[in-house]
Amino acid sequence: MDEVRLIEVKEEILADNVKVAAEVREQLRNTKTMLLNLMSSPGSGKTSLILQTIAKLKGELRLGVIEADIESKVDAEKVAAQGISAVQLRTGGFCHVDATMVTQGIKALPAKDLDIIIIENVGNLVCPAEFDTGAHKNVMILSVPEGDDKPLKYPLMFSICDVLLVNKIDYLSLSNFDISALRKRVLALNPDINIIEVSCVTGAGIEGWTNWLKGEFDIFKQSK
Amino acid sequence: MHELPVTESILKIVLKHAEKNNVRQVVAIHLQIGKLSDLEDEWIQRYFDYLSKDTAAQGAKLKIERMPIMVQCTDCSTSYEAEATNLGELICPACGGKNITLVSGREYYIKEMEVQ
Repeated sequence: MDEVRLIEVKEEILADNVKVAAEVREQLRNTKTMLLNLMSSPGSGKTSLILQTIAKLKGELRLGVIEADIESKVDAEKVAAQGISAVQLRTGGFCHVDATMVTQGIKALPAKDLDIIIIENVGNLVCPAEFDTGAHKNVMILSVPEGDDKPLKYPLMFSICDVLLVNKIDYLSLSNFDISALRKRVLALNPDINIIEVSCVTGAGIEGWTNWLKGEFDIFKQSK
Repeated sequence: MHELPVTESILKIVLKHAEKNNVRQVVAIHLQIGKLSDLEDEWIQRYFDYLSKDTAAQGAKLKIERMPIMVQCTDCSTSYEAEATNLGELICPACGGKNITLVSGREYYIKEMEVQ
């Protein structure tokens, strides 16, 4: 029997993804296309938010969408019906989108002629938080019916996002969701996060969201 | 939940080092994984056993060291350890501050491997 010896490896397991993500960010920076990664649980309103965003910004900004919903073309079709470039990724049951998948999505879009590309990540508050997609900004949605305790259960997701959209605020009066408790929990994890309350049904707060997006795009466009 | 792609990356890196070092058999792989990661040890091993069949890493044991979650108080800069379950409700032991920035706890690292 050979003697057991030790070999030093010292490598990051996700280094390949980190490298591809950095390349995606750089490539899109060169064409002044901002990439936004939109994450949430299933059913919290990612597609509705994208449709509201398109309705508000259609004349002002050129938008594209990378859809990663599992085994379904429904979302991409809804978006494409608005006259917006959309591509459906075949994630085949994957729990998240990684940077290589995003690369394929970008290739299928007229990326250099777009101002903002939104990735609709797989509905999941766990895995997408761990995989860099190459996005310049990370945005998450938490909807009122999910409860105000979610930052305690999924701290990583809340700590990596630039914006938290609290959706379905039209349900607030029907529930015991405590929005000030939510704010405290989220800001404790991530003091720099922007929290915007919206309803994709009534349209409340959507302008606050699209104003943030336009402001960030202006900053992005001017930065080198 | 994403043990499969992570395990694929582990195997790829391990086989690369095995080839470079003329390894006949990988016996064990030492990983450092942050406590904030959702990976289940048992599932990583199961996926690894499946993926590594007929390679030099077949039968290798994954030895996982869980790295602590360290946070820094945004008020007084004191660093202290946290658990994944109380991250949203921390109180700084030094100044009582409630806001933090995450310092570590997200590691996905292969430290070394035992080989023959």
